[in-house]
Amino acid sequence: MHVVICIKQVPDTKNVRIDPKTNTLVRQGVESITNPFDLYAIEAALQLKDSLGAKTTVITMGPPQAEESLREALSLGVDEAVLLSDRAFAGADTWATSRTLAEAIKKLGPVDLVVCGKQAIDGDTAQVGPEVATLLDLPCITYVRKIEIEDGNGTMKVERATDSGYEILRVQIPAVVTVIREIGEPRIPGLRHKIRSKKQEILVWGAEQLGLDPEEVGLQGSYTQVVKVFSPPPRGERQMLSGTVEEMARELVRILKSSNVPGF
Amino acid sequence: MKVLIDHSECTGCGSCVDVCPVEAISIVDEKAVVSDECTLCGMCVDSCEFEAIEMPELTAKEENVGEYRGVWYFAEQRDGKIHPISFELASAGRKLADKLEVDLCGILFGHNMEAACEELIKYGTDKVYYVDYPELLNFNEERYAKILTYLITKHKPEIFLAGATAIGRTFIPCVAASVKTGLTADCTGLDIGDDGLLHQTRPAFGGNVMATIICPHGRPQMATVRHKVMAACECVDHEGVVEKVEVAEDLLKSRSELLEIIHEEDDTAQLTDAEVIISGGRGLQKAENFELLEKLAKLVNGAVGASRSAVDAGWIPASHQVGQTGRTVAPTLYMACGISGAIQHIVGMQGSKTIVAVNKDPNAPIFDVADYGIVADLFEFVPALIKELESSATCEIE
Amino acid sequence: MDYFLTEEQKMIKEIAAQIASERIRPVRAALDESEEFPWEIMKVLAQSDLFGLYIPEKYGGFGGGIFENCLAVEELGRACIGIATTFAASGLGAYPILLYGSEELKSKYLPEIASGRRLAAFGLTESNAGSDVSGIRTTAVKDGDYYILNGTKQWITNGGEAEIYSVLAITDPKRGARGASFFVVEKGDPGFSFGKKEKKLGIRASATRELVFTDCRIPKDRLIGREGMGFIIAMKTFDKSRPGIINFQAIQHKLADMATLTEAARALVYSIARYLDTEPKDFSKLSAMAKMFPADVAMKVTTEAVQILGGYGYMKDYPVEKMMRDAKILQIYEGTNEIQRNIIGQELNKEYSRMKESFLG
Repeated sequence: MHVVICIKQVPDTKNVRIDPKTNTLVRQGVESITNPFDLYAIEAALQLKDSLGAKTTVITMGPPQAEESLREALSLGVDEAVLLSDRAFAGADTWATSRTLAEAIKKLGPVDLVVCGKQAIDGDTAQVGPEVATLLDLPCITYVRKIEIEDGNGTMKVERATDSGYEILRVQIPAVVTVIREIGEPRIPGLRHKIRSKKQEILVWGAEQLGLDPEEVGLQGSYTQVVKVFSPPPRGERQMLSGTVEEMARELVRILKSSNVPGF
Repeated sequence: MKVLIDHSECTGCGSCVDVCPVEAISIVDEKAVVSDECTLCGMCVDSCEFEAIEMPELTAKEENVGEYRGVWYFAEQRDGKIHPISFELASAGRKLADKLEVDLCGILFGHNMEAACEELIKYGTDKVYYVDYPELLNFNEERYAKILTYLITKHKPEIFLAGATAIGRTFIPCVAASVKTGLTADCTGLDIGDDGLLHQTRPAFGGNVMATIICPHGRPQMATVRHKVMAACECVDHEGVVEKVEVAEDLLKSRSELLEIIHEEDDTAQLTDAEVIISGGRGLQKAENFELLEKLAKLVNGAVGASRSAVDAGWIPASHQVGQTGRTVAPTLYMACGISGAIQHIVGMQGSKTIVAVNKDPNAPIFDVADYGIVADLFEFVPALIKELESSATCEIE
Repeated sequence: MDYFLTEEQKMIKEIAAQIASERIRPVRAALDESEEFPWEIMKVLAQSDLFGLYIPEKYGGFGGGIFENCLAVEELGRACIGIATTFAASGLGAYPILLYGSEELKSKYLPEIASGRRLAAFGLTESNAGSDVSGIRTTAVKDGDYYILNGTKQWITNGGEAEIYSVLAITDPKRGARGASFFVVEKGDPGFSFGKKEKKLGIRASATRELVFTDCRIPKDRLIGREGMGFIIAMKTFDKSRPGIINFQAIQHKLADMATLTEAARALVYSIARYLDTEPKDFSKLSAMAKMFPADVAMKVTTEAVQILGGYGYMKDYPVEKMMRDAKILQIYEGTNEIQRNIIGQELNKEYSRMKESFLG
């Protein structure tokens, strides 16, 4: 069985802040981390490696620095890693990204399952998983919290979270899933894997290796384009209440009642 | 490809250098110069007060955009009942359709829902395409994606709106990929620009910044909108038609089969619909203390939310978690008790109309997003608030 | 302070530290309260390949030495000595097999221990034989292709949870110090049972039980080394394991003395552990020092920490009282600090006599 994991290296958004003087984004000293949801994807794949001996390959589309995330995945136990890196990939929207990832997955040979994290914390769109699935003509199940491969049947049983609980589905494989936290807590790196991760060769594929024209990828290959970036309008004056807790409680109730907040 | 800097406007002030996330800009001979590291994120464009930077032009793709007309939206249903997001989409769509002077169409998949179609018309829909099959009552991504793709390909709308709900976020990207067009998720603003294009505004980088996006060449221009971001406006007198659509059997086939639906009873976790959310974080200290917030929530008909710390500590189930890896909420009132205000939590609730923060620590970052701040021990303030509400309630009865 | 660790040694430290902060810290207070055995943590340690650090690669281990094991134990001990003890005691139980076992015994048991699939334990202490090992009374009588064990071991760490036990028993009462032998006893061997779990002051996450042998029948190939080697194996095991087993707490206080003592203890243990990995001839004195000094430092520093925090320090809401309770055992187990001082004193005597001779000669 072959499981492919798609991951992304993202800026650690908790350190991204607005400079109060210029009201613009300041990203000095912002670390890059592996998208937290992708760590769950890696864990899901490794669970299948543990239980079924699945071969696992992790791929990412990004600048050369994204290799760090691939090595992190290797240190957790993933078998192989491929970096999709090319100047032509820059500025890609989700379509262009999905196009690139889909071609890479095709190039990796027979794949039984593609696992993605629910969404990337910088874009938050959650689009790449489903788009990759469509490009590969595979079913896509989102919000998956449990995977049970039905060996020999060509299917898997999955649990996907819903607003009011969860659903159980039987899905033909190969397929694409996007996973959520409940799939499992990411494991701690293994010593042997960590040692291997430092030295293991990582394949690097660019547009040419994927058989893609520059117009099909990156900004050129994108349908959407950012025309403007601006700081959100400030919320307005903050009012700090004062006095004893009883006084503040009374004041708060008065304020909320006058603003017609339901329930007050 | 990289951003273009007009050296005749550039003053070498360096604002763009500071803002670039990949350090691709440097000042050489008092002019800003961009290296190939540029990822075209657009941060520098906004930072330049001299407007010396712009994004490169996309080379045109031939898409016969003129053939596409009309504003469409996807009406969601759950168990045969229309989900309120549908009315919000209809209202937003109506405004866009009016500006473009085109029709607004709603798409509904379900079974035995003719009456629901009429409801949609009351929100400004000119035509409802209604696809009725028992297989469509429950959401199935393949069926929904194939049928919607078929309808879009056949009728060619120029704009398509859908809800950024669990359903929308799952199958709308599939449709965008099948149709080969652009999709912008979680839009907070939709408007028609002077260029006649749909201008889609959404938060980026965890909500710290807003971005406006266009889809110049792909059709339809697709966008998803979160529940409760746009307002629903009824126009009761509106008239429209319903067209029942039949589709080929092929479109109803699916490689996934729904085996079981399990409802988990937890009414205080109905965060997405709650008008008031009382939320607790690390300051709660233990599971039992959430009972205090539950009491307050019940008094105001609200739901109980939690920060990731509280959920990770096992004090409350994950279904209550608000934040980047939890739910995004936008209630009328969000009250954060004992929550420090890490950015990952804030991005999940900053859309709330009114934010009240209660924290012992006057320097807690939560106060930066609060409309009203209370520096106090929550174990003293919340009981006082409960008491105040209980006594004012009895006052009203008297 | 840079101890010039190799890449791999740094990785061992990092992984152990990550486990300590992400998995142990959140549960240590609860485990201390409930005295529940930390199986989940053992699973994580196994998955991270930390169980076999000192076991040769041939048997599925990492092929490192005492020093590598020390690094892991130190990091785990930062979060909880109870859990660190559980981990380290498995190593103690493995040592007799590793040092003196036949190829068959090593191939059978070491891979299980190295992978963390099964835990080990060291069965020596008895009610009459704590500091004085020669007081043991458990017997092992040969009976055809078997040995029959009778007796009781007391206060055995991992007792009842481990599956592989290295047990010291008297095979020939007439031969005194040369009359004891080590055996491998497995959980499930007929006649092998456990007493109740002890309730302790500290290291409460660690399981401590009696081992009860009632006509316990084991195959004769479970003998480690040869008959009569028991005490030697015990001494060698202690010499090797002492630096590994002792953990010194790094309490986050800036007080100069506490910090200096802690660093001195660390430096001493690191140096001695590294030295021991070069297989020197005499190292009993150094092993004893590597156990005694850090144990005293840990006790002193943790007691100081409680003192400094005053009333808060005494309350269970704060972690320092547990650290102080846990630290006490360090001065007691693995040979009490009094015994360690005896050993050091005796060794000094020997060295002194040799020096005197050459000086006068």
